[in-house]
Amino acid sequence: MLRYIARRLVHMIPVVIIISICIFTIIKITPGSPVGLNLDPNMTAEQKQAEYERLGLHLPLPVQYANWVGRSLRGDFGISTLYNQPVKDIVPSFVWNSFRLNVFVFIFAFLLSIPIGIVCAVKQYSLTDNFWTVFSLFGISMPSFFFGLLLIFFFATKLGWFPISGMETAGSNLTGIASILDQLRHMVLPATVLTIASLASLVRYTRTSMLDVIKQDYVRTARSKGLTEKVVIYRHAFRNALLPIVTLLGFWVPLLFSGAVILETVFRWPGIGQIMLNAINWRDYNLMMATLLFFAVLTLIGNLLADIGYAIVDPRIKVE
Amino acid sequence: MESKVMIEDSQQQNIPKEQSIGPWKMVWIKFKKKKIALVGVFILVILVLSSVFAPFLTPYGQEEMNFTNINAAPSREHLLGTDNLGRDYLTRLLYGGRISLMVGVISAFISVTLGSTIGGIAGFFGGRIDNVLMRFAEIVMSFPFLPLAITISAVVGADVEPETKMYIVMMIIGGLSWPGLSRIVRGQILSLKEQEFVLAAKALGIPNYKIILKHLIPNTIGYIIVSAALGMAGAIMSESALSFLGLGVVPPTPTWGNMVQNARNLHVLRTRPWLWIPPGIAILAAVMSINLIGDGLRDAIDPKSNN
Repeated sequence: MLRYIARRLVHMIPVVIIISICIFTIIKITPGSPVGLNLDPNMTAEQKQAEYERLGLHLPLPVQYANWVGRSLRGDFGISTLYNQPVKDIVPSFVWNSFRLNVFVFIFAFLLSIPIGIVCAVKQYSLTDNFWTVFSLFGISMPSFFFGLLLIFFFATKLGWFPISGMETAGSNLTGIASILDQLRHMVLPATVLTIASLASLVRYTRTSMLDVIKQDYVRTARSKGLTEKVVIYRHAFRNALLPIVTLLGFWVPLLFSGAVILETVFRWPGIGQIMLNAINWRDYNLMMATLLFFAVLTLIGNLLADIGYAIVDPRIKVE
Repeated sequence: MESKVMIEDSQQQNIPKEQSIGPWKMVWIKFKKKKIALVGVFILVILVLSSVFAPFLTPYGQEEMNFTNINAAPSREHLLGTDNLGRDYLTRLLYGGRISLMVGVISAFISVTLGSTIGGIAGFFGGRIDNVLMRFAEIVMSFPFLPLAITISAVVGADVEPETKMYIVMMIIGGLSWPGLSRIVRGQILSLKEQEFVLAAKALGIPNYKIILKHLIPNTIGYIIVSAALGMAGAIMSESALSFLGLGVVPPTPTWGNMVQNARNLHVLRTRPWLWIPPGIAILAAVMSINLIGDGLRDAIDPKSNN
C-alpha cells in the first residue's frame, strides 16, 4: 500500500511542474503590467524602472519562473496589490470561509445521497425512484446561479426569511451563539443550492453503481443461498457499489470548491472563489497565481485520494 | 456497420426481426420508446426554431433602442417588457438563444473532435504517443474547469470585440472539456484493437487508416454521439455561467447567461423579475432537454440495455 502511494506521488511530480509552468505562463501573458495599476502616476521613468527591478520583472522569464517557484515553496506568494497584504495571510481566511460552507454541503449531500441512491436502485422504477430521477435531472440541468437568484428572490426579498447575501449581518457586533446563528442563517440559501446540485449527481451516481452491482452473479448467488434482502444489499452489493462512489469523492471536493466561484458571487460570500474573481478583475497577479494554484493542487490531491481510496477498497488495483 | 438486409418500413414486415434491423434503426426504435426523451426533442426543437426564426416572430430588431420607453414592464407590445436601453426584451431573448445554442453546439463539436482524435490516436498507436497524450489529458483535467476558464477568458479576452470574445469562449469551453471523452475513446480503442476482427484486418494487410475508419470509429461512434449530446448541455451551462460572471459573451451580444446577469443588480432582482427569470428558464429548458435526449440516446445505443 505504501509503495503504491509513493509511486503515485512520484507520478504526480511532473504533472505539478507542468501545471506550475502553465499557471506562470497564463499570468505572464495577461495584458497590462503587473505594477501598472498600483504605481503612483506621478512617478518618474527611473522610479518605475526601480520598482520593476525591485520586483525582479527585468529578469529573463525562466529566471522569474524559478524565483516564483522558489518563493512559493517557502510559502511566500508575494504581496497582494488589491488587499495590500501578503497573499499567504489573506488566502487562508477566505479558504476557511469557503470550507465552512462546503463542509455543510458535503455532510448533507453525502448523508442523504447514499441511502437515497440505494433505495432508488433496489426499488428501480418505483415511485420513489422516478421522483429522484426527475429530481436529479432537474438538479443537473439547473444553472446554480439562476437557482441561487430564485431562492434570493423568493426567500430573501419576498418572504424575508433569510438575508440576501453576505456571511454575517454587516455592522452587528454579535458574539457567541448569536453570531453563529447569524452566520448559519446566511449560510442556508447558498448551502441549499450547493446541496441540491450535489445531491442530483450523487444520487444518480450511487443509483447507477448500485444497479450495476445488483445485476452481478454473486448477488444472485447470495440471494439463492437464502440470505435476507438486507444482508444481500448491504453486505454484498453495497460494499462493491462503494468503489465508484469513493472515486467520485475525490473529484467532487475540488468541484465543490470551484462551483462555489459562481455561488459566492451570487451570495457575496467572501470565499476563495470571490477573491479569485476580485483578483482577476483588479489584475492582482500574485493573488491570481495563488488562487489558481490552490484550485489545481486541490484537484490533484482529490484525484490522489480517490486513487488511494480506490486501492484500499479494491485490492485488485496495482500501479500500472 | 451496415446490415445485410435493409428493410423498407412497410413492405417487409414478415422478415424475422433479428436479421432485419440495422443498428441505427434499432437505436431509433429504442429511442422512440422513451417518451421522456421525445419530450426533450420537442422542447429543443421549439427552442431552436424560435431562435432561428426570431426575425419572423418579433417586429423589433435585436439592437433597436427606444429611449422613450425604457425599463417598461411587460405589456401587450412588449411581452417581456424592455430593458434599460428600451430594447424589446423578448426579442433579445430569442436572439440570445441563437448565441447560447450556437456556442453550445460549436464548443461541443470542438471538444468531441479533440477528445475522439486524441483518444483515438493514443489508443491506436499506444506506447510513447499514448503516454504523452494521456499525460497531457491528465494535466488539462487537473485544473478545475471554472477557475481556469475564468482566468483564460480574463487573460485572452480582455480587450477584444464582443464577437471575437464569443469565439474565444467557444474555444475555451471546447478546449478544456475534451479529456474525459479522450480517455473513454482510448479505452474503447485499446480493447477493440485486441479483438479478432481487427487482428484479422491487420493480418490481411489492410492499411491503418482503413482499419480506423472502417472498424474502430464505427464501433466507438455510439459513445461519441452520447458524449456530444451531454457535452453540449454542459457547454451551454458553462457559457451561461461565464457570461453571468461577465467573463463570457459580453453585451451588446445577447446570450441567456448575460441576460440573467441583470439580476446582479439588487433592484432589478427584486422589482423586475421578467428581466432575469425568462432567460434563466430558457437555459434550464435547453440544458434539460439536451440531457433528456442524451440519456435517451445512451440507453438506446448501449447494446447492454434491452428494455
